[in-house]
Amino acid sequence: MTTGAPAEQAPHEGAVPGEPDNLRRFAAIWSRAVFPATATSMTRAEFETHLVPLARVLRDALAARPFDPRAAVPVGAALVAAHCTDPEALPSILGVIDAYLVLYCPPGDGVPADESRARCARLQHAVAVGFTQALRERTLAEQESISRAALAAQQEAERALAASEARFRAVFEHAAVGIGIADLDGKVVEVNDALSRMLGGESYIRRRAVGEWTHPENAPGLAALNGELLRGERDSYHVEKAYPRADGSVLWANLRVSLLHDAAGRPQYQLALLEDVTERRRLLERLRHEATHDALTGLPNRALFFERLDQALGTDGGERAIGLCYLDLDGFKAVNDSLGHAVGDRLLVAVAERLRGCLTGTGQLMARIGGDEFVALYTDPPDRAAVTALADRILAALATPVRVDGRDLTVHGSIGLVHGPAGEGAAADLLRSADITMYRAKEMGGNRYEIADPAHDARAITRHDLTNRLPVALERGEFFVEYQPLIGLRDGAVHGAEALVRWGHPVHGVLGPDRFIPLAENTGQIVPLGRWVLEQAARQAQAWAAEHTHGCGPRVNVNLSPLQLHHPDLVGEVTRVLDETGLAPEALCLEVTESALIGADPEALRPLRRIADLGVEIALDDFGTGYSNLSSLRWLPVSVLKLDRAFTRGMRRHPADPVDLKIVEGIVSLAHGLGLTVTVEGIETSTQAEHLRALGCDTGQGWYYGRPGPPERLHELHLADAG
Amino acid sequence: MPPHASPRRDLSAHDLETATVTDRPSWAPTGIDLNVPSVSRIYDYFLGGSHNFEVDREAARKAMKALPGIPKISQANRAVMRRAVRFAVDRGITQFLDIGSGIPTFGNVHEVAQAAHPGARVVYVDNDPVAIAHSRAVLQDTPDADIAAADLRDPRSILEAPETLRMLDLSRPVALMLVAVLHFLPDEDRPAEIVATLRDALAPGSVVVITHATPDHEAAPAGQSEVQAVYRRATTASLVTRTIDQLRPFFDGFEIVEPGIVHLPHWRPDTPPGDEDPAVLLGLAGVGLKP
Repeated sequence: MTTGAPAEQAPHEGAVPGEPDNLRRFAAIWSRAVFPATATSMTRAEFETHLVPLARVLRDALAARPFDPRAAVPVGAALVAAHCTDPEALPSILGVIDAYLVLYCPPGDGVPADESRARCARLQHAVAVGFTQALRERTLAEQESISRAALAAQQEAERALAASEARFRAVFEHAAVGIGIADLDGKVVEVNDALSRMLGGESYIRRRAVGEWTHPENAPGLAALNGELLRGERDSYHVEKAYPRADGSVLWANLRVSLLHDAAGRPQYQLALLEDVTERRRLLERLRHEATHDALTGLPNRALFFERLDQALGTDGGERAIGLCYLDLDGFKAVNDSLGHAVGDRLLVAVAERLRGCLTGTGQLMARIGGDEFVALYTDPPDRAAVTALADRILAALATPVRVDGRDLTVHGSIGLVHGPAGEGAAADLLRSADITMYRAKEMGGNRYEIADPAHDARAITRHDLTNRLPVALERGEFFVEYQPLIGLRDGAVHGAEALVRWGHPVHGVLGPDRFIPLAENTGQIVPLGRWVLEQAARQAQAWAAEHTHGCGPRVNVNLSPLQLHHPDLVGEVTRVLDETGLAPEALCLEVTESALIGADPEALRPLRRIADLGVEIALDDFGTGYSNLSSLRWLPVSVLKLDRAFTRGMRRHPADPVDLKIVEGIVSLAHGLGLTVTVEGIETSTQAEHLRALGCDTGQGWYYGRPGPPERLHELHLADAG
Repeated sequence: MPPHASPRRDLSAHDLETATVTDRPSWAPTGIDLNVPSVSRIYDYFLGGSHNFEVDREAARKAMKALPGIPKISQANRAVMRRAVRFAVDRGITQFLDIGSGIPTFGNVHEVAQAAHPGARVVYVDNDPVAIAHSRAVLQDTPDADIAAADLRDPRSILEAPETLRMLDLSRPVALMLVAVLHFLPDEDRPAEIVATLRDALAPGSVVVITHATPDHEAAPAGQSEVQAVYRRATTASLVTRTIDQLRPFFDGFEIVEPGIVHLPHWRPDTPPGDEDPAVLLGLAGVGLKP
């Protein structure tokens, strides 16, 4: 052992067997010095074993002949390969060679000591060269590999970014919503296809800055929103906005604008998202139009009329006035009944067109508020004369006949005119006043206007009141039935009675059917009312029959309105009433008007035929007043003709009008030929009764025999007759 | 204590500035900014490698100035990893999942494992794009090892990565290597739950290998807090030190094998630890066995 050498360690089991002890000792010393400076993952013992072959190279080089120091170059490289990459390791590596190589591995006798020292020094130089070269190569290789890795990673990231951008570019380009990006000055930076399509081209869009997109339909405050956004007073805004399109039309957009911030959070761009709601708005407008206009005539309807009327009344104008012309067509119902609804509708369309032409200014509105009822609203007319002028124009417009389907139809109008300060009264009151006044015009012969008069209004019974009260009146039992006797002309006996409904109105007293039946017919209220009358009459007839022990009791005639006639449950109703009252079908006669049957097809007559089949008699009422079609008598399921009072008028005196006599005689002859009986209405004198009996009429009805009255009176008559 | 690899995605400087200002959408790909030091490349420098750039070396030099023994800790850490791999192979485990693998230089898991058992399969996991690219290049001719790009904070993404599914049979035991990586997860990332998720996916007989930075030891040199400051300032990672007791929850569901959780040089040394640099006392190691 040489003094100064590091403490010996026992040879490691990993050492190469047979290796001279000295070489192993050198390797142990070397390992001890170098290991702390390496980054190797080898253990200390592994590292020492790793150094043995390197020590052998040095030993052999030291003794080689000829001496070649370059043999030691790979030793330096091998140390770098063993991760002795810290330059601090080099002094340790070389220091051990310098101090211990010659000592532990002497080259032998052939090499003098000086030469050995010199060779050792040159071997160290070679080890340093090998170490340095290898370290340089390794460093360069690692730098290259990490640079390649960094580049690859960057390319991957860029590819991913590009792919992401491509995806979002596609979203931007193909979005269904319009997207526009502008800078903070409002200059448009980018727009997508959808926005280009909405507005009509990208170049058209780029021509304007954000603030220049204005449209007269936009609310005034809209432009200020963008300023608030840019000043940071709001994060975004959301409005519906109109834009002028390139083709001049309007685009309505559901617009949402927000700011895009840069990395530091400063606003950089503004982002606008636009959804095209033009069609949606158009649809809403159309729906609103449909909701506020009459489908047939295109005029504003009742809803819009009241909306405008309420607006006009709601203004606190103080001095402002309001005018109404309430128009009801005279004679329209006759057209509808005789020529059918299709003709009636075309007439209304033509009339509406004429009425529209009567308006002369923006404050005027013509609305259709009912079947043949129209109202002209005149908001803030300059004076009453302006309103009467409007009424005059309406009457003039209706002065000439209206040509429908090659037929000239004459319709006139009755107008109720209201003019007064806007601040007074509610809409309904105003309309009622106009309605009452219209009726006054109608009562005065029609084809004229009347001006509303509050004193007159107060006394008037309005159709509105009656119409509205009908359902309640039926519930409260305000209706009652009177009976007018039907007398056999040959025997003078009471054969039956016609049931006539009356309304015991709590305010207006007893009202006849002409006052409320048309209203009930319009509202459909006739169906429950008619059913009630039928029940009452049938019950009464059954009561009479019960008292009348010998022969048959007086039958009862009940009127059927056109609406009842077409009610799907008519047959069921009649059957049920007969069942419930126990009345014999022959004791019931249903009266239908001629006009209700004219134009009816066989299908519509089927219910009536089934009722007739039950044994109930059917009377054709008011015969001779309409467009009588005698041939229809062949197939109508009627058994009684009721002649209108018009035919009996000429028989009040003696001698009677020969023409009337001839007509009645002809009808009676015809009716009897067809197996029908004839009843005559309106008999007021004995002379009439005499004539009609002579003409062969079967039954008579009129004041001469008895006015309508309570059922007891008929009973008295009947008893007297029987007696 | 020194990082083995970056557990965090390599956020760019831009991200660092603005991450709290703008909400970066999740779809935006992360850019690569080589001006930000990477914990993987710093670690490589500690190990004497040149797979690094000047920004990395500058940060590494600052850390080494504060704590000159850092390279020794790295070495000791690597040595423990090597011993643990051999321990696993001795137990018959031939599948390895090395999370936070960083820049592969030398003495990697697959080299050690395949030297001990040819055909052993290794999946490396990292989230540093440069480390991943480098690993891919190094492993391109190594069929039994692959690298998965995934993040430890999303353990399911690791278990479901295509490389994991292709290379590992999770019905058989696996050595889960969490070497010098958990100390980059602060408590708010719930590292114990992450380890538990991974554990639940492993077959009985699997092992977990954990090394971790630990607070100043009385025998260890000072300077650790400065090193932490370097990481905090220069990189996107923060270094969390934990005590032995604080490491125990990571071994829930595992039986800790002898000699327990100990300082790096004391975990099953090949030779009795002797004149180690005392800095290695700043690292802990432990291995758990899933029963």
